[in-house]
Amino acid sequence: MLRIALLMLFRDRAKYVMLVGGLTFCSLLMTQQTSVFCGIMLWTTATVRNIDAKVWVFDAKVEQVNEVIPLREIEVTRVRSVPGVEWAVPLYLGIEQARLGDGSFQNVQLTGLDTATFVGRPMEILKGRVEDLRLPDAVIIDQVGVEKYRKKGIKIDIGTSFEINDKRAEVVAICHENRSFLAQPYVFTTYDRALQFAKPQRKMLSCVLVEPKPGVSPQELAARISRVPGLRAFARDDLFWTTVRWYIKNTGIPISFGTVVIMGMIVGIAIAGQTFYLFILDNLRYLAALKAMGARMPILTAMVFLQSFSVGFVGFGIGVGLTTLFGLKVLKLETPPFFMPWQVPVAVAVIIMLICSFSALVGLRQIAKLEPAVVFK
Amino acid sequence: MSHPITASENSVAVRVEKVVKTFPNGDTPTYALRDVSFTALAGQLTMIVGPSGCGKTTLLSVICGTMQTDSGRIEVFGQDIGGMSDAEVTAFRSRNVGFIFQQFNLIPTLTLAENASIPLILQGWPSRKAEEKAAAVLTELGLGTRIRSFPRQLSGGQQQRVAIARALVHDPRLIICDEPTASLDAKTGHHALELLKESACRPDRCVIVVTHDSRIFSFADWIAEMEDGRVVKSCPAAEYRHA
Ligand SMILES: Nc1ncnc2c1ncn2[C@@H]1O[C@H](COP(=O)(O)OP(=O)(O)OP(=O)(O)O)[C@@H](O)[C@H]1O
Ligand SMILES: [Mg+2]
Repeated sequence: MLRIALLMLFRDRAKYVMLVGGLTFCSLLMTQQTSVFCGIMLWTTATVRNIDAKVWVFDAKVEQVNEVIPLREIEVTRVRSVPGVEWAVPLYLGIEQARLGDGSFQNVQLTGLDTATFVGRPMEILKGRVEDLRLPDAVIIDQVGVEKYRKKGIKIDIGTSFEINDKRAEVVAICHENRSFLAQPYVFTTYDRALQFAKPQRKMLSCVLVEPKPGVSPQELAARISRVPGLRAFARDDLFWTTVRWYIKNTGIPISFGTVVIMGMIVGIAIAGQTFYLFILDNLRYLAALKAMGARMPILTAMVFLQSFSVGFVGFGIGVGLTTLFGLKVLKLETPPFFMPWQVPVAVAVIIMLICSFSALVGLRQIAKLEPAVVFK
Repeated sequence: MSHPITASENSVAVRVEKVVKTFPNGDTPTYALRDVSFTALAGQLTMIVGPSGCGKTTLLSVICGTMQTDSGRIEVFGQDIGGMSDAEVTAFRSRNVGFIFQQFNLIPTLTLAENASIPLILQGWPSRKAEEKAAAVLTELGLGTRIRSFPRQLSGGQQQRVAIARALVHDPRLIICDEPTASLDAKTGHHALELLKESACRPDRCVIVVTHDSRIFSFADWIAEMEDGRVVKSCPAAEYRHA
């Protein structure tokens, strides 16, 4: 009878296409929008992901990684004195103005690494050597910057020089970094040189990067450091999630994406639910005939669920497939952001399954209410 | 002189005793069947006739167990239908009853062979074998060249033949037809009954046809006439015509 159920469904072309189309649209909308949302969240946390450090220490009022409230230099020493700290180094983070060869300005994300150790160094060097940061005026620029300048007709390579806040900088290496929300190029240099590039302020230290002693967990150490007045420390994972939560709470991003996702769900429920209901209504007298001929309710239930889940499965497959194609395409362009963690298709599959179950149950209610005697009418 | 009781000629196939069936209708229930007693014999085509609303369809429904009675007893081939659970009646129907409906009720998206194979599939036959058997029955009924067609490509008379094939494919012992000719013109209806009589009537099988189409009374072996929820007359067809 399950084969019969599928034949009844597939051969009802118009409704089948409508059902699959509705669910495809619904799952496409949901996965695509959620993935773009996740992509934006990755952009906002680019700095955390680009700099490899287990514990990050900020001013006590800092709520997320893109917010910088400068600390005094002395805080590095205070952090070092906290039990469980293996080592602690300063980090400078700041948006500075770079002036290109053609005189136009470009904001860059300047990152100053501890001069002795280069902790927080770029994870992927495409060209050149990190050690060359010791040379005068040396900076490392990331691929995003190289591309940006290339589009303006300026070629950046090792040896190219430009200005940051009117001070000379010379490229010694090119790295690859995860891009940030505003897509400002990352420029790495030493901490000391970063302070020279930056506009002088009373406090210049953005953040302290810390390695816990063996056996001390980053979370535990972060909690300990946070007890020092004026400081707030995060384990790297916590900083990532705190930042994501901050954007969800403090920006309109989740609302706008959430609206589209909910619209997708409603459209899915409306189209698929309605069409399936019509499909069942159309077939009601045949289902009644089957009931009279000896099809028991469990068989009819299995038939209806199979019908609704098979359209759900196909619609979900096409929807997620299209999203993946979309993702592969935009990942090359890097905009819009796209990141599809496995939880997204799983969650969408669950939602689609719920929509299908709901439609099936609505249909089954009609069948259960049906007196088999109606077939004689 | 005594005969061994078998399902041979003229043994009782369906026995309805003092059956009452009401439908709720405000304060005064509608009596669809008032104390109906009725028997149908194996090997015969029994017609239930009578004016519209007299309870013919209701009687068919309680006989095949798609509707429950208020009181009374129904036996089909010696089995007490009223004493069975819902699942048992359904299983009993799928094994022993073939249906022919007024509206045919062929599933429009299934081919003739697929439609006619459904009773076998309901009994767990694999679909290949079931369709082969269905195709054989369709061929016997003169539709051999159309087994891959869809019902809408057929005339009403041809569709009714498919319905007959579907009713016969699993060799049921009871065939139930409600107004089988009502959707057909006189000539096609006549043919359908002819075919039904030829292919369905066998010594061990009981065929019950509900109709108010007096033109097909001639196909009956036995006629039961109903009026207002009662069987008012039950006699061999020959006597009925003379009455
Ligand atoms: N499901 C139902 N609910 C309420 N009343 C019903 C129901 N089915 C039948 N009846 C009533 O029971 C009586 C007998 O109906 P039934 O359908 O058995 O008549 P019938 O002899 O088959 O008529 P027809 O020749 O028009 O088909 C009628 O008065 C009808 O109104
Ligand atoms: Mg009737």
